[in-house]
This record gives sequence, structure tokens and C-alpha cells, in this order.
Amino acid sequence: MYRYTDFDTAFLAERNRQFRAQVERRISGALTEDEFKPLRLMNGLYLQLHAYMLRVAIPYGTLSSAQMRQLALLAEKWDKGYGHFTTRQNIQYNWPKLTDVPDMLDALAEVGLHAIQTSGNTIRNVTADHFAGAAADEVADPRPVAELLRQWSTDHPEFQFLPRKFKIAVTGAPNDRAVIKAHDIGIEVVRRGDEIGYRILVGGGLGRTPMIGKEIAAFVPQADLLPYVEAVVSVWNLLGRRDNKYKARIKITVHEHGIDEIRRLVEDRFVETRAAFNGADLEIFDHIRAQFAPPAFRNAPDDVYDAAYATDPVFRAWADTNLTAHKVPGYAIAQISLKAHGETPGDASAEQMRVLADLAERFGHDELRISHEQNVVLPHVHRSDLPKMHKILKAHGLATANIGRISDIIACPGMDYCALATARSIPIAQKIATRFDELKTEADIGELKIKISGCINACGHHHVGHIGILGLDRGGVETYQITLGGDATQDAALGDRTGPGFSYEDIVPAIERIVGAYLEQRESPEETFLQAYRRLGMAPFKAALYDTADAQSEAA
Amino acid sequence: MPKPFAPKVVTANALIEGDVVYLAADDAWVRDLAQAEILTDEAVAQVRLLEASARAHEAVGVYLADVAPGTTGPQPTHFREDFRRRGPSNYYHGKQASR
Repeated sequence: MYRYTDFDTAFLAERNRQFRAQVERRISGALTEDEFKPLRLMNGLYLQLHAYMLRVAIPYGTLSSAQMRQLALLAEKWDKGYGHFTTRQNIQYNWPKLTDVPDMLDALAEVGLHAIQTSGNTIRNVTADHFAGAAADEVADPRPVAELLRQWSTDHPEFQFLPRKFKIAVTGAPNDRAVIKAHDIGIEVVRRGDEIGYRILVGGGLGRTPMIGKEIAAFVPQADLLPYVEAVVSVWNLLGRRDNKYKARIKITVHEHGIDEIRRLVEDRFVETRAAFNGADLEIFDHIRAQFAPPAFRNAPDDVYDAAYATDPVFRAWADTNLTAHKVPGYAIAQISLKAHGETPGDASAEQMRVLADLAERFGHDELRISHEQNVVLPHVHRSDLPKMHKILKAHGLATANIGRISDIIACPGMDYCALATARSIPIAQKIATRFDELKTEADIGELKIKISGCINACGHHHVGHIGILGLDRGGVETYQITLGGDATQDAALGDRTGPGFSYEDIVPAIERIVGAYLEQRESPEETFLQAYRRLGMAPFKAALYDTADAQSEAA
Repeated sequence: MPKPFAPKVVTANALIEGDVVYLAADDAWVRDLAQAEILTDEAVAQVRLLEASARAHEAVGVYLADVAPGTTGPQPTHFREDFRRRGPSNYYHGKQASR
């Protein structure tokens, strides 16, 4: 993992000192709220519905156990004992006081964490595949390049006042687990012969006007990566619509000008940016990459695993859903679900964070990941340690066996916390998970990803959910629109709207009818919901939603 | 005919704590909607809004929210204001916990 240099440490200390002084000036009255707001946003501090909210970046979703313990400390000391992991691999604290935030930032700096550029019209936390460095299908670990981009974008003088926010995601594998096609820039590590390079996508994004990213360059060599990305952001910085914030994102710029024109402008600008880079970035990249060397994997028998798998059905159920093949034989990638039925998706208590840190230290080469799906990942666990680990997880409410299932729901904070939300998300997720747990149909339903957003900004990725739910305010009533057929992978697709929305009371029965139609019409249990939707189209689901007796009685 | 003026309260978030506050008739910021001053005259409401907005060292994001007069003081007419006066629905946190 990346270790801060003296430069990094000094930079962060100075930045935190500045913010502490800015907070003092706000409280003394020397700064107005209009002057203070952009400063606090640059440091991840929002004012939400019931309190301030501090959003802390977890660069490319990677944490050490010491960092996780510090996140637990913040939750306990300055919040209400928990934190909320988000779809951008950040953690949010929902209840800090303004006067406590400088101390929280200093505490984060002790373990090399910060909240810089987790908000505002800047380049945001760079996200990456949560299986990075462990996945069997990987060309190369995407995190060194994500770290390089983090260093390049942090406090980049040209990019502190962009037309709007700007999000970058990186995958090192052809199977995209980082939703790169829904980012302003998506980067895929690719190989051409012996050379590693980067495929660059641009103009993806969800929100009000969802767009799938388009390829702007098929192969950018390592030496050209930063100047190329800088050229892209630079072209948009000049061209982007500052007159209308709903049209300011690069997806609109690409849509309005066309990808070919944007590519031409970027290539012109690239000539200039390329000349301004002197190769120092390549030295830094080598230095970074050396710190992401794989851990010392061990070679040990794993018959303990096989025995537990054969004799313990609870362990077997968990292993079947929550484990993924590792690139090293004998190892597994373990996903720890933060989606216990009826709980808030993505929330972890301070105690759970400490348990996860201990497990990472004991069994996981001291590494943890946060996935954009709001779960925790222990990327390197030897199979022989899994039964022991599972016992400890069970004792702390962390052994829910539901990864990829209908209760593994992405949900934004919605109107329970967010000032922008138009309806609640969290209780909808809780009710769906609880309902399908009661029905005991989760295993039979199989892979089904529900994603819920509490407003059009789509933090809950509803457009790319197999079932997407969007909460809106319709005439002063919480109303939920449904989309079907979205896909967040390399085959990214936006879901199609079913029709009129449903009330808070009726949305869970509506989801049940959709799932019922799938179970009835699938060709076999092997045909997933998404496959069935692609084969059948909207009609049978629409009929189940709107034409059945249940639907009629709701309408009455 | 112009629409009749819907009764209002002045509301904001406290600068330090960030929690929801309402303006009372004696100019104090109060935490409980029941104690807020109900403004039934549009001109008066605008003046109270201006006065409250000037207190930038105490409160952030001052605005007028619709209410309906009730037996226990002003009642929210929109669900957002109902959540603001109560707290989140997933935990017993916020105002509902401090009553």
C-alpha cells in the first residue's frame, strides 16, 4: 500500500492548519457562509438535513487495518458510533459539529487519510476495482495509476474551479467492477503486446441525464497517461457549460460536440500538455508501483476449508455467495456484507470496523477494501483461515450471505440525511431486504441487483441497477419510479422506465410482483433476472406491475 | 385572485451543531417546531426572514417553510419538513432522540 512521503504529510498538515483557521474565521464572523461554503466543500464538509456531514476519501477503496481503526475512532469520538460507506468508496460521518471537524481531519492525517476534494467542482476521489491486486482476470493492479491520478489531481491549480465535479474510475480487468462507463473519465488498464497502457473512456455519468461513456482513446501508453488525462480535463474546463449547472458535466459537452470533435480538441491540447511533462511523473509512478507489490502469499493446505464447506451449511451458504476466486491458488477474495437484512446499506458500527481491522490484520495481509456496492472486502484470505474468520464475522453481525442477491442493495442516504434528496431511500432498502428474507426466496432468485436513489442525482446508481428505484417528490408525496434492465458492468446499460411510479407503501409489493414475473417466466433457475429481462423485454413485467388484481387495488 | 398566503415559520440550521432551528417570537432560535413563531402575514414573514438571515454567525441557510397551525403549535405540511423536525427514519437519532 502507498505510504505517505514527507511531502504528503507536510502538505496535509498545512492544508488542515488552513482549514482550522477558516473554521475559526467563520465562527468569529470574519467569513460569511458564502465565502466559507466553497472552502468547507473543498474539505469534504457538507451541511445536510439534520447536521453537518464529513465525507472522507478512501482512495481507490483501499484501507489498512490502522486506517480502519482510525475511522472507528472518529465514529465513536465525534459521531454517533457508526459511519456510512458510499458508492464512491468514501465514508460519511453524519453528525459532526463544525467545531470538531478540524480535530477529525488531524486524526485522519495521522493515518494518511483526508477529505480533500470529496466535494466541490474538483476532481473527486479516484475510485478503482475493489478486487484490485487480487482478481484472477486482472491485466495489472489499477491502484498505482489511481494513486498517481490522486497525486496529480490534488490541489491541481488548473482544476480547482471546474465547471462541475469530475469523477475518475480505474479498472485493471476487462470485467468491470468499478462502473467505469458511468464516470466522467473511465480508465481500463490494457495490454498491447508486452506493453501496458490505458483505454480511456469519456463522458459517462448518471444523474439527471444519464450517459454511457464513449471511447476517446483505445491505447494511451504509460508515458502519455497524465498529459492525456490533463488534456481531456483541460478541454472540458474551457468548453464546459458554466452557464447551466445541469449541462456542465463533461457528458453533456461530449454529447453536444460529439466524441470525434472532443477527441480532435483533446489531441490538439495533448501536444501542449505532453510538452509540459518532463518525465518526473514516470519516476513517481515507479515509486508508487513498488509500494503496491503483492503481499507474501503463503502455500498451505486448505482441507480445513473443504471440511467446513462439507459439514457447515451456514458457512457453505456464505462461501457460495461472498467468496470470489483469487489469482493465487489457495486464496480467496472475501466480501463482508454491510447489508444485513433490515439494516442500513453501507453502515458499519465502530465495533464492526474494529473487528474488520482485526480480521484484516490476522487473516488478510493487513488490507481492506470498500466496494462501490457499499460492502467491505478482504482481498487476500487464505482458504484455510476462512472458517475461523466466518465464526468471528457471525458473532458481530457481519456474516450475511447475500452478495449479489436481492438484499445486497445499493442505497444513497436519501431524505433521511441528504439535503438534496426528494424522497427516502434507506427505509425502502430495509423493507425490500426484510420482505425477501421473510419469503426465503433470495437464493432461488439468484443474482439481482437493486439500486435506489433518493433523487435525480443518482448517487444510488439506480440507472444501472437490474431493478432501479428512483424516489421523487410528486405533489408533496414520496413517489418511486422503477427502471428495469440496467447493468453496471463492461456491458453497461441504462434501465428502462416501467411507467407510473408507486407510493412509499406500494413500492415493495411492486418489486415483489416484478420478481414474481421473473420467477414465473425464466427458462431455468440458471437464467438470471437480467438475462430474462433481455430475452422477454418490458411487457411481462409491465403487465405484472400494472395489470394484476393487486395493482388494480393499489390504483383504486 | 392571488393564492392565499400559507402560514410560515423561519427555519435554518445552527452554525455550530448543524441541527434544525426555528425562529421564535422572542427572536430566539429554538430546536422544537412547536415553539416557532407562526407567520400569517406575507410582509411580516419577509421582514422576519431578512432579520434572521442577517444572523449569519448563528444560523445557515435561512428560509421560510410552510406550516399549518395545529393544537400543539405549527405542523409541517410537507414530508421534508416533517423529517427535519423529527430526524432520520433508520436510527433513533436527531430531534426525536432529544425530546
